[in-house]
Amino acid sequence: MAASILRRCWGSLLAQRCRTGDVPVLHNGQTWRRAQAPGSIASGRRAGNSPAGERGVAPWVAVVGLEIHAQISSNSKLFSGSQVQFAAPPNSLVSFFDASLPGTLPALNRRCVEAAVMTGLALNCRINKKSLFDRKHYFYADLPAGYQITQQRLPVAVNGSLSYSLCVGGKKNQMVTRTVRIKQIQLEQDSGKSLHDDTRSQTLIDLNRAGVGLMEVVMEPDMSSGEEAAAAVRELQLILQTLGSSQAIMAEGQLRVDANVSVHHPGEAYGVRTEVKNINSARFLARAIDYEIQRQIKELENGQTVMNETRAFDYKLGCTIPMRDKEGKQDYRFMPEPNLPPLILYDTKSLPANMNHQQVVNIDWIRERLPDLPSVKRVKLVEQYGILPEHSFALLNEDGLMEFFQNVVRQTQMNPKKVIGWILNDMLCYLKQHNLTVKESPVSSLLLADLLNLLERGAISSSAAKQVFEELWKGEGKTPLQIVKEKKLELIQDQQEFEQICQAVMEGHQEEVMEIKKGNRKVLNKLIGLVQRTTRGRADPVLVKQILEKRLSQ
Amino acid sequence: MLRVSLREISAALKEGQVTPTELCQRCLSFIKATKFLNAYITIAEETALKQAEESEERYRRGQILGDLDGIPVAVKDNFNTAGIETTCASNMLKGYIPPYNATVVQKLLDQGAVLLGKTNLDEFAMGSGSTDGIFGPVRNPWSYSRQYRDKCVQNSHPEKEDSNWLITGGSSGGSAAAVSSFTCFAALGSDTGGSTRNPAAHCGVVGLKPTYGLISRHGLIPLVNSMDVPGILTRCVDDAAIVLGVLAGHDPKDSTTVQDPFKSFELTCFTDASKLCIGIPKEYHAPGLSSETLALWSKAADLFENAGAKVIEVSLPHTRYSVVCYHVLCTSEVASNMARFDGLEYGHRSSMDKSTEVMYAATRREGFNDVVRGRILSGNYFLLKQNYENYFIKAQKVRRLIAKDFVNVFHSGIDVLLTPTTLSDTIPYVEFIKEDNRTRSAQDDIFTQAANMAGLPAITVPTALSEKGLPVGLQFIGRAFQEQQLLTVAKWFEKQVKFPMIQLQGIMDHGHTDSHHQKSAFFS
Repeated sequence: MAASILRRCWGSLLAQRCRTGDVPVLHNGQTWRRAQAPGSIASGRRAGNSPAGERGVAPWVAVVGLEIHAQISSNSKLFSGSQVQFAAPPNSLVSFFDASLPGTLPALNRRCVEAAVMTGLALNCRINKKSLFDRKHYFYADLPAGYQITQQRLPVAVNGSLSYSLCVGGKKNQMVTRTVRIKQIQLEQDSGKSLHDDTRSQTLIDLNRAGVGLMEVVMEPDMSSGEEAAAAVRELQLILQTLGSSQAIMAEGQLRVDANVSVHHPGEAYGVRTEVKNINSARFLARAIDYEIQRQIKELENGQTVMNETRAFDYKLGCTIPMRDKEGKQDYRFMPEPNLPPLILYDTKSLPANMNHQQVVNIDWIRERLPDLPSVKRVKLVEQYGILPEHSFALLNEDGLMEFFQNVVRQTQMNPKKVIGWILNDMLCYLKQHNLTVKESPVSSLLLADLLNLLERGAISSSAAKQVFEELWKGEGKTPLQIVKEKKLELIQDQQEFEQICQAVMEGHQEEVMEIKKGNRKVLNKLIGLVQRTTRGRADPVLVKQILEKRLSQ
Repeated sequence: MLRVSLREISAALKEGQVTPTELCQRCLSFIKATKFLNAYITIAEETALKQAEESEERYRRGQILGDLDGIPVAVKDNFNTAGIETTCASNMLKGYIPPYNATVVQKLLDQGAVLLGKTNLDEFAMGSGSTDGIFGPVRNPWSYSRQYRDKCVQNSHPEKEDSNWLITGGSSGGSAAAVSSFTCFAALGSDTGGSTRNPAAHCGVVGLKPTYGLISRHGLIPLVNSMDVPGILTRCVDDAAIVLGVLAGHDPKDSTTVQDPFKSFELTCFTDASKLCIGIPKEYHAPGLSSETLALWSKAADLFENAGAKVIEVSLPHTRYSVVCYHVLCTSEVASNMARFDGLEYGHRSSMDKSTEVMYAATRREGFNDVVRGRILSGNYFLLKQNYENYFIKAQKVRRLIAKDFVNVFHSGIDVLLTPTTLSDTIPYVEFIKEDNRTRSAQDDIFTQAANMAGLPAITVPTALSEKGLPVGLQFIGRAFQEQQLLTVAKWFEKQVKFPMIQLQGIMDHGHTDSHHQKSAFFS
């Protein structure tokens, strides 16, 4: 099936669009820094927030809207029975319909409809009880039918909203919550992939992805910066993952974002917008948008105009480049899809007798089974454990981390407020350093709880606890208690032993003792540290301080 | 033996008077003998004989699959047949061997039918003559009938005899010719604007277009998805009912088929016509309607009236917009459906490969004929953003009005509408090609396409011979999903008119000279 076709006229940018397997490398080059250079203005849609430019002109306001394609997590494709699987051998998941063999017809996959309804409900949308499918025509080698089946006229869900939070302020220590309106969610087919071989002037087509179900989520232009857009996308991603309606992994192309960007002066009409494509991570999303905002401002301030065009983000150069894109201008010649009857959804009131949720899609049935959304989970975490809101964000940001935290809390007497520190500072740091997911962590919640219990009981010091944690990370199957015993990390309980150690340290550091006696109390900490070093963390610092103070005053 | 009906040959098979293999061989040799008709594009001799053998084994063991077991059938070459070339009479699909069977083909095979081959058509079923395919025009068997020849000799130039051959109508002309010339017992056609009924009428056979949504379109290479219906061509109404019973029913692969289970039926002869109400749509008294056809139409109405039925003139006021409306909707869907033929996945691919775009353009120019390309161009024009409202949306609205006309008429108590099927009897090829495909299609579909727009079932029944000795058919249009009522009326009518059997001397096996097929007493 791999059709190889000759190719001369497609730009190399298009080629990159499909190489989703590549790990993008960011070159922190000149182009990017130039975009951040002083003189251009950090824009905020709320005019009051925008600092005035150094050139003294009226401030610019940026407007950002997003179109997000989320691949539906389903066993089979939107209109055919072929399996959906990432990175399968090329053209191994292609049904006759996916290859658009003449005479084949679409049959709608219920699971995809349910995923869209779920997502619509989670985004506070109105679910249309009747929606329609349309054909959108364009010729492209990875679009076998010459048209995409989508929902242009009457999509499955409309008029929703998404609240997201981000850190603002000079030190990024203040969280604010903003809302973006969701215009619509439509069901549509994904295309295949084109792999361009420039040396042999060939294009290889892989249709595994052709026909996979997508939800296109259209966000109104309610955002004003890359950061906001990135935060909104991150929140959407979490929601989709919570619902299970999409795996939403950007690196695997399951979540693809196009941004519409324009700038204008407050009080004036919106500027001409550009569409930025080819964004494949949340980090690049913010950069691409901010770059584009600055680029437009610069163009306008230099007396140029912004063209209504499609631009691609080049992650290597850190800038946006016009795409040689005929799609942007072409007429898609939309037409109703004649092979699919209107998609009718029911609620409990309109559900026909003797029908159940197995036969038709019942909106109420789905609504009743929606899981807790991230925003609800965060509130519950803050309420239940007394942790800070930003902690709750951090817990949800990592898949499985919240559950891990809750398990630890359940198995330990330590205050959750203290546990969170261990989770977010130690645990998460280690995971990040070793590039592991929570599930892959060699330290289970039970082991960590055991460790924290030792600490809480006063059996070990916190610095000893860190050592034990380090040992646990090796994953050798030892319990914290075993490690403590082996390494002799228990706190020294014997008062006499303690006194001797302190005495020895003081004798070895007469200068410091003199200093303290002269009144420089700060040096005391040095002595405490020395005691700790001698005991390899086995001394209770409170006790050490007491003993040292007692002896110094003698 | 080949001239009997499907029902009769089925009985003969069950009684052991003939074996499936004998029957298949006879049909195959007769297909070869009538090769000049150009009714078949592909003859699936090997698979047909194998199927016949398997059928024979089933008969031996007394485990036949159904009424169609061992019955030779033909299928229009726009239905996918696994392992058998499916061309749509187009360079685009020449040599294309599909990997799957259309649902209707599969259903025939599941009943034990023997698939003889694929029948000729206009390229992608776009036409009303079966003259515009890459394999050349189909010749109407009636060109070689004694009935026509006798009249020809009387009237004109015997020396031009061979150039005077007649068209079958279309686009399912191959299927109509195959049934009419006794090379098979039933054939599948497709009907988008009359493509089954038109050639059926011109070839003197029964042509049934079922209700949209009753029969699966999966595997039928589409012309206009919202109007296409697999059509059934047989030699009598009873046979059409048998085939319909096999084909009808929900198909999960075609979301536009209805969910309700279909109950196959056997047609009864109704004795009491007094409860019947026949509508005669006055708008079908159209310009160009031959006086002969008009006279037959009116005689047919009298026939019903004399039998006690109520015959009422009715109005379908939007009929006159039907042709232009059909043109917009048809070409728009054609433009869309044909987009998949880009030379990448299957079918013809041009050797011009300077760039993908050049390859697309050359592939499509080489692969499609002028008719197909012309419709693609118009369709794309109607779908342009600036034209969509003015053309496509308007046409859809008109379509709804046309459909509503029928609803109103049936609501008023009419059971079945009686209309002509075509303007006149068929004409010689040399006459037909004086007009272009577009003009012809518009003229020839005039009485048939409204049923497609409204999704209604319709059947053409051969009624009488014209003065030239050529068949004329009349059409009955029924209520949606009321095939049983429609066919019952059609069967009664068929019985009354006693349409004469075609006399194919010289072509037919010489043993049987027909004596009992005198011309109809009523309509002579």
